[in-house]
Amino acid sequence: MLLLALDTATPAVTVALHDGTAVIASSSQVDARRHGELLLPAVDRVLTEAGLKLDAVTGIVAGIGPGPYTGLRVGLMTADTFGLALGVPVHGVCTLDGLAYAADVPGPFVVATDARRKEVYWARYADSRTRLTDPAVDRPADIAAQVAGLPAVGAGALLYPDTFPQAHEPEHVSAAALASLAAERLAAGEELPAPRPLYLRRPDAQVPKNYKVVTPK
Amino acid sequence: MADPRDEPLVLGIETSCDETGVGVVRGTTLLADAVASSVDEHARFGGVVPEVASRAHLEAMVPTIDRALKEAGVSAKDLDGIAVTAGPGLAGALLVGVSAAKAYAYALGKPLYGVNHLASHICVDQLEHGPLPEPTMALLVSGGHSSLLLSTDITSDVRPLGATIDDAAGEAFDKVARVLNLGFPGGPVIDRYAREGDPAAIAFPRGLTGPRDAAYDFSFSGLKTAVARWIEARRAAGEEVPVRDVAASFQEAVVDVLTRKAVRACKDAGVDHLMIGGGVAANSRLRALAQERCEAAGVRLRVPRPKLCTDNGAMVAALGSEMVARNRAASDWELSADSSLPVTDPHVPGETHRRGHSHGHDHVHEVSKENLYS
Ligand SMILES: [Zn+2]
Repeated sequence: MLLLALDTATPAVTVALHDGTAVIASSSQVDARRHGELLLPAVDRVLTEAGLKLDAVTGIVAGIGPGPYTGLRVGLMTADTFGLALGVPVHGVCTLDGLAYAADVPGPFVVATDARRKEVYWARYADSRTRLTDPAVDRPADIAAQVAGLPAVGAGALLYPDTFPQAHEPEHVSAAALASLAAERLAAGEELPAPRPLYLRRPDAQVPKNYKVVTPK
Repeated sequence: MADPRDEPLVLGIETSCDETGVGVVRGTTLLADAVASSVDEHARFGGVVPEVASRAHLEAMVPTIDRALKEAGVSAKDLDGIAVTAGPGLAGALLVGVSAAKAYAYALGKPLYGVNHLASHICVDQLEHGPLPEPTMALLVSGGHSSLLLSTDITSDVRPLGATIDDAAGEAFDKVARVLNLGFPGGPVIDRYAREGDPAAIAFPRGLTGPRDAAYDFSFSGLKTAVARWIEARRAAGEEVPVRDVAASFQEAVVDVLTRKAVRACKDAGVDHLMIGGGVAANSRLRALAQERCEAAGVRLRVPRPKLCTDNGAMVAALGSEMVARNRAASDWELSADSSLPVTDPHVPGETHRRGHSHGHDHVHEVSKENLYS
């Protein structure tokens, strides 16, 4: 098994190679505005470091968010196209699950990432491998009661200490954690979801008023 | 004659607006032109919604690449390069196509060519009418652009002579169609109504055609407002709006200015070929009037079939193929989408080439400004 994992759903552009036993190479850069430029060179770097070519990969793992859309799509489009060109499966993993997997927290906790517009993407976990709620997007103040008393990880938690007083690292997801989680699940015979984006919000669109659309035959 | 199989086989990806286009071209021969459009999803908004377009590109990309390769009857491993629209266009939409093209080129071990959307609109005519004459005058008109461009070599030299100073021509069609309650997009429906109307019924203004106005620039904002006011006045007076006459008169005002300026640019620059591209080039009156005026001026008109005029992947593949044929530098893996890529950059060569060869186009002789105008 050789998994190439990547995630662009948070400000981190992160790539890792996992041989079924361990992560053999990885790269993480934090730059929210340059996902498109940074991702492919990072893939190339990680492969070079491992002394491998892309065609050795047997599966792609992609973080499916939730995350700001433009960056999120860079990773998903790259993963989809690698899958097409190489003829290998592409597995989706919730980005919050990757963060949870890397979090070293005993007992229940919360993962929250920055959703911008003063909101967070978040979910509750029983432990590092068990998510209790569907990923959601909310204003921190609106979920204060649901996360009260729980430790929290992720940039969204670190950003809003009023709601998440027990916030700590990791701040961003790492593809190394994503790859390890996927390898573990695949080895257990679990099916991973298709790599479809978790947008959680409808597209912003201005609907012009006063004009009825009538298309003549 | 060289074996046509020696000509570059290139796959092109276009996502600058609402069409997910993937085309396959060998030299100047069109092999496949697969397009998935999200236009229906935008119709109720009366215009293209960027986020809706970007989401649709992500969904449509892999199936559209698959379809294009099947249609072309070629295998991905036989491709000589992957071309992609690097700009200009909607930033988020472009980024989906650029991400796909980079991943595809990297995985297949093929060179990547980030190319200019406007130059691609010009180059697509090679698939219809053979190699572009050098120089060629090009009038590009669509919902996103209205430009007059002069090119002596489509891979290295595209000069902007004029452009719209406000709305694109296609935008004016969309807006007038909306005021007339005809839906979106406005181009085809206005064209249809106009056929039954009188183009001389209402004297709508011709923007920027005064003696002191910029000779090759366009303005359609004033026209659009004039049409809306005229309609509102009728409605306010409780009179019926003669939709066919309004459509015909508005359309005439647009195509009169476009063709007049394009033919004038050809005469002024001593260029004897005019190509018209972009979505509005599908307009039947624009084609007819351009033909008439070009004939009178001794200019040869080249307009690709309507499907090649609207945004598509074949046009990107056509320019990519020309880049390969003329040994232009490939892009590197850092290639980014550039929503405002200047029209003067037909492609985006890699960093090493940009640094190493500031006079990099040494393989092809370039026509200087002087002898071009002689
Ligand atoms: Zn266009």
